[in-house]
Parts: sequence; structure tokens; C-alpha cells
Amino acid sequence: MENEYILEMRNITKTFPGVKALDDVSIKVRPGTVHSLMGENGAGKSTLMKCLFGIYALNSGEIILEGRNVNFENPAEALKNHVSMVHQELNQVLDRDVMENVWLGRFPMKNGFIDKKKMFVETKKIFDELEIDVDPRVKIGSLQVSQKQMIEIAKAVSYDSKIIVMDEPTSSLTENEVSHLFKIIEKLKARNTSVIYISHKMEEILKISDEVTVMRDGKWIATKPASELTTDAIIKMMVGRELKERYPRRTTMPGDTLLQIKNLASVGQIFHDVDFELHKGEILGISGLVGSKRTEVLETLFGIRQKGEGTISLHGKEINNDSPRQAMKHGFAMLTEERRVDGIFADLSVGFNMIITNLNLYMQKGLLNNGKIKGSVSKMIDTIKVKTPSDNTKIGNLSGGNQQKVILGRWLLTQPEILLLDEPTRGIDVGAKFEIYQLMNELAAEGKGIIVVSSEMPELLGICDRILVMSNGRQSGIFDAKSVSQVQIMEASAKYI
Amino acid sequence: MEKIKNKYGESISIKQILAEKIIYLVLLLLIVLVIIIEPKFLSFTNLKNICAQSATKIIIALAAGMVLMVRGCDLSTGRMIGLAAVVSASLMQEVNYAYRMYPNLKELPLIVPVLLVVVLCAILGTLTGIAVSLLKVPPIIATLAMQLILYGASSIYFDRPPYGAQPIGGISSKVIGIGTGYFKLGNIQIPYLIMIAAVICVIIWIIWNKTKFGKYMYAVGGNPEAAKVSGVNVELTQIIVYASAAVLYAIAAVLEVGRIGSASNTTGNGYEMDAIAACVIGGVSMSGGIGSVGGIIIGVLIFTVINYGLAFIGVNMYWQYIVKGLIILLAVVIDMRKFAKRK
Repeated sequence: MENEYILEMRNITKTFPGVKALDDVSIKVRPGTVHSLMGENGAGKSTLMKCLFGIYALNSGEIILEGRNVNFENPAEALKNHVSMVHQELNQVLDRDVMENVWLGRFPMKNGFIDKKKMFVETKKIFDELEIDVDPRVKIGSLQVSQKQMIEIAKAVSYDSKIIVMDEPTSSLTENEVSHLFKIIEKLKARNTSVIYISHKMEEILKISDEVTVMRDGKWIATKPASELTTDAIIKMMVGRELKERYPRRTTMPGDTLLQIKNLASVGQIFHDVDFELHKGEILGISGLVGSKRTEVLETLFGIRQKGEGTISLHGKEINNDSPRQAMKHGFAMLTEERRVDGIFADLSVGFNMIITNLNLYMQKGLLNNGKIKGSVSKMIDTIKVKTPSDNTKIGNLSGGNQQKVILGRWLLTQPEILLLDEPTRGIDVGAKFEIYQLMNELAAEGKGIIVVSSEMPELLGICDRILVMSNGRQSGIFDAKSVSQVQIMEASAKYI
Repeated sequence: MEKIKNKYGESISIKQILAEKIIYLVLLLLIVLVIIIEPKFLSFTNLKNICAQSATKIIIALAAGMVLMVRGCDLSTGRMIGLAAVVSASLMQEVNYAYRMYPNLKELPLIVPVLLVVVLCAILGTLTGIAVSLLKVPPIIATLAMQLILYGASSIYFDRPPYGAQPIGGISSKVIGIGTGYFKLGNIQIPYLIMIAAVICVIIWIIWNKTKFGKYMYAVGGNPEAAKVSGVNVELTQIIVYASAAVLYAIAAVLEVGRIGSASNTTGNGYEMDAIAACVIGGVSMSGGIGSVGGIIIGVLIFTVINYGLAFIGVNMYWQYIVKGLIILLAVVIDMRKFAKRK
């Protein structure tokens, strides 16, 4: 008789410097099912999977795969044993083509040379089976994030995986792409492949999962069939308390015009015809599909990207933001989308990460004053409730939500007038999200203007005053957040496609 | 496993500390071995010599360390020192010396040749910095090219009539005095070189830890993309780093001329390797953003003790090279362990 479970992880414990990341966690996965892991950021979901995949070494506990006791030394060994993982950050060789990326490390050989033809045929076969519409011969670098992700899944299938771990696979996908992914997951289930699915998105989890395990603070909380769960029940287990409102109430009304954008276009017309006003105390959302150039609009406002046409006026006066430094002088601050790429200094301390944008605050007699720095940093840590052992801790050792708060703190220390936030809550747990929304509210109440880009429509509807929609590099409408529906926003998003 | 708290208030295991500090243990063992073989190694004269030898090396290593810290790598260190040494030496010869490069030159105040090579090197360092930051030439290639150019230039300057490729000797006694003299404090003699190096260390510590430029340097090395978004002028920071490293090379070159008493186009040859090795032993990360003045000083001291010690117990020169190479390799292996697969 076959085992009831294909994978059991028993009493797993894992500690990092300063953090007990996993504390006696156990999960059991049935063959051919989707088992979801849920929990706030820092709950230990990714860590648990990295232990399975041989990226981290266990402190204690055991892993039983198909009745065998295993403990993989590295990802290569895990792959050989039919366990694969689609990571949150994709590790691909961007300059090589799709099929080489799929077969990297085990190219089909013929007479001592790589058999390109066989490689192509094999790749095509998997792509056809999964209905992935990508030419195996194009360079990975030219593909969109969603396509890259599909290829990672195809790669997992090519290893004949019995277990595929997906770590936040939908965080950068549009709704259409998500439904394609779900179709692929159904196909995987039909092949008797198990999927361990990590996500923060409740609706998705309830739709796709067979079983759900909830974790909190590195501990196992519960495992239940998805059919017995509701969003509220999951949230309650995740945060250990009832969260009445997902979005804090807005109390203040927008005031005078702060920023006026006219006919803005980037160099090379990557986007064009962007035209809006931002008021004091207003939160303006920017919605749109992936690839609609929302991030590019923010980058142009902040001087990371060159402006092509149009004008930016602050308090009625035209300004030029040709570099981030200039933008900062004009009171702009920008939280970038990819925290790890251009947000944090991972090897440096929380304190350093907070002060680096505005060192002028701490100058005394021409030198930086440590007392001033300490005071400022610890005050900010308290204000925005960063969970960290100390201000000397490396930021890389904090959870994603806390890293995000530190960077937000960094910008708040520049005392900005206008905050540009690109996906500020991506990959952040429910509790931390609420705190960030609250922070945004408080900032708006102080009279600051906030522009926020987000892929989560309910989030924009919940926190914004108005929502600007981008479609294929053009502005397709501005709506009042109180009266607009998700359908109207979707229609506007598709307007110029 | 045993746990203790580190200075950041995080608890870490003893095994981990051992893994990180193993290089110091190995080096300490090597030093103990030298002492066992030759107990006389521990004499005061030897220690003074080691310190004096380390003095210029510390200055050079701090310069090379700055470059490493912004994700660069300077292979032109030695040749830059060579050029500065030859140029400054030619202007610091005694007036009554028979083989003067400029027989009719009047005696110059010491500050003139020093300022001249400082400015010269600053310009050359700026050029390297521009190549790396604005023209995006990989640092190894940019400084490799610079190294060849500098060697060519210093050889042309050095090897010419009437005396040809003769070492530039007859250095002014004032300069020799700085290079070999000492300050007497009771019975203790403190070489001037050590005092100069100490002052420079303090200045550099202040620059790295107490100025905007210093913080920007760490930021650029830690994550250039994030630094840019944070309003740091990444290119300018890199250029200043290469230029100020070159200024330190110039100062070190003058001190070397005083210490050795002569200069030729081979002066300084290979110093970059010792400097980079000392930085690596001293905890400067080859991937940028991490490093401290204290670490680099310790790195230089350890490396010099081993060099000097091996020579002292009569280890063959060629074997010394092999030992040095192995130490560098070990140090980098430990540095890179941080990025190894299993944490």
C-alpha cells in the first residue's frame, strides 16, 4: 500500500543569529494535492521550505519523503529526489535562452556535445503539456515576470518533481496570469504532483488549496481542509487576534493642490499623456496591469528615469527632477518596488539603513554626531514599530515587513512632502500591512501627498481617495475611490490594449 | 550548542565565531610556531622593526581597502607608488650628491616634492575613478591598464641620461631622518613612521565613520542601486575613493623613499598584493560595503609578523611566497563562506 503522505516534516527547529525562525513545526502533505502555507511575514513559511530544499540546514527534526528519511545537503540533491522549488526571487541566467535555463546543469548530450535539438523537443513537449506559450529559443531576459515564472514551473516538471514548492508565485502576476497558473496547478495535481503553495492572498488560497497550514512566529498553529476555512478564520489564526478592519478609516479631506503633472511622458515614450493633480493630504492610487508602466511614472517623478515631455509643478512652480538627489531636494521620497534590489543595504545595520538619505540632520561641527543618529533612529524605530533586536542589527536579518518599515522610516527622516510608494505592502503580512496603511493615513493627515502603486485592487479601494488607472503606457482614467467598482477599474486597465 | 551574545545583541553559537575567526587562529599558530623555533623572535628590536615595516603598509592597505569597499579593486597600487617614489626622490637628493638627476636644482623645501606627487597621484587616481565609474570599465581592467601606463611612465622618467637606470640615491638626510628616525620617550624609541601612520589612521577613521563621504562609501559598496535611489552620487563617490587612495599612495611613496633611502622604477612592485591580502585578513569584504580601519591595521600587522617571522627563522624566500598565497586564499574562502549555501 502507498503511504498516505508523500512528505512529512516532523518537529523542525531552525535558529538564525538572534531569531528562532522555526520552533517544532510539523506538516504532512498528501500526494496530488495543494497544501498551502499561510502566516504573517516572518512566520517561517519560506524558512521551512528552504529547510526542505536543502538551502538551510536543520537544527533538529526529520524529513520523510515517500517513507524515506531524507536531509538534502543542497538544492541539487533535492531536485534529484524530485523535490523542486519556484522561488520568490527567480534565479535565472537572463542572457541565455529559455531551454538552456530549463536544462541547465544536465544538458542532453550527444557525442560529447550538447544536443540542442533534443533539448528543444523536450522543452516544447513540457510547454505544450502545460499550455505555456513561449518559444524555448528566446532569451529569458526578454520575457515578462509571469512568463519567467511559468518557465520555472516547467523546469520543475522537467525534473519529474513529485513536490513543487511555490513561494508567493502570484505576487507579481495579473489576474489573467493567476488563472493560467491555477490551470497549470490543476494539471500538476492530475499528474499526482503535490504543490506546497505559499501566499498571502486569502482568496487565492481558499480557491486553490486542498489543505491549509497556518503558522505564526515560527510555530505551527493549525492544519485544516480548505473547505472548512474562511478568510476571517485564517486571519484570526494568523494574527492570533480578530482583525476587524483590513483598512484603517480615513478621516481627513484632501486640501490645496500640491503637485500638478501635465502631459508627462518618459524619454522614448515608454509612457505618455499622464496628467493629474495631487492634493495635500491626499492618497492617490495608481492601478493597472503589470506592464502598464505604473512604476515608470513614479521613477520619472523621482528622477530615476529621464523625463521626455510635459511638466511637473510643485506648489504651482515648475520643477525639474533630473536625479533622485534633486527630487529629494524638492521634498520627494520614493519607496521602490524591489526592496532587495534597490532598497536595503542588506549587510549594513538598521541604523545605517535609516540615516543614509539625510545625513545633514546629524552633522555637528562638520562631523556626524553619533548621539544625534542614535536618538533619531531609536525614535523612528519606536514610531513605526520596527521589530529588531537593536539598531545595530543587520537589516538583512529582519523579516520583509520590518525591512519595509525601516526603509519607510528612512524616507520619513527626510521629512518629505510627497511620498511615492511602489507596492509598499508587497510580500508583507496582514498585521504589518495594516500598520503601514495607518502610517500612510497619519502622513496624509499631516498634509503630505502620497502616490501609491499597487497590484491589489482591494487595497487601493480601501486606502485611496482617488485611483488613476494606467493602460499600456497611457493614463486611461481617474476615479473617485469611494464610488468606483473593481469592474470599472479593470475596464479602464484594458482600455488601450 | 553554546550561545553567546555578540556586540549587536544577537546570540550566536561559538562554532560560528570559530568559523569566522579561524584565520586569526591559524595565523596565531603560525606566529607561535615561529617563536618556538626561534625564541629570540620576541625581542624588542624585532617588534620595533615589524611596527616600522608595517607603518607604510598600513597606509597603503587603508587606501586599497577603500577601493575594495566600493566594490573596486586596485592593481595599480605598486606602480603608482613606484612613480611617486621616483618623481619625489629625484627632487629630494642632497645638493652635494654626485649623481643628481637635476644637477643644477637648488635645495627644495620638502613640501614641494610631496605636494607635487600628491597632486600628480590625485589626478591619476581621478582618471582611474572616471574610467571605473563613468566609463564603466571593470575595476580590475581599468587598474591593470593604469598599472602598465604608470610603469611605462615611471621607467621613462627614471631610465634616461646621464645616469640611466641607476637607483636614485643620495636622498636628503631630512627625508631619511623621517624614514628611519625615532622619537625618544625615556628608554623607548618610537619610529617617526609609526607616529605618522597613527595620525593618518585617525584621520581615515574619522573620514570613514564621521563624514557623509564615509557613509556614502559604505552605501555604494553595500548596494549601489539602493545608494542611487537614496540620493547618493555613486559615480562621484567612486571617483573620490580612487583619487584619495592615490593620495595615500603618494604619501606612502615619500615615506618609502625615506625608509629605503633610494628609489627606482621597481620601487613598490607588488605592494597591491600585500595590501589586498592584509585587507582580506582584516575583514574587508571582497564584495564591498564591509570593512574597518581597525580590521585593516590588524590585517597588516599579522601579515607583516608572518613575513618577517618566516624570514627570521630562515624559511626559503620561495616558500614564503607559497605560504603567503595560501593565507590569502584561506582568508577569501572564509569571507565567501558567508554566501555559502547552507546557513
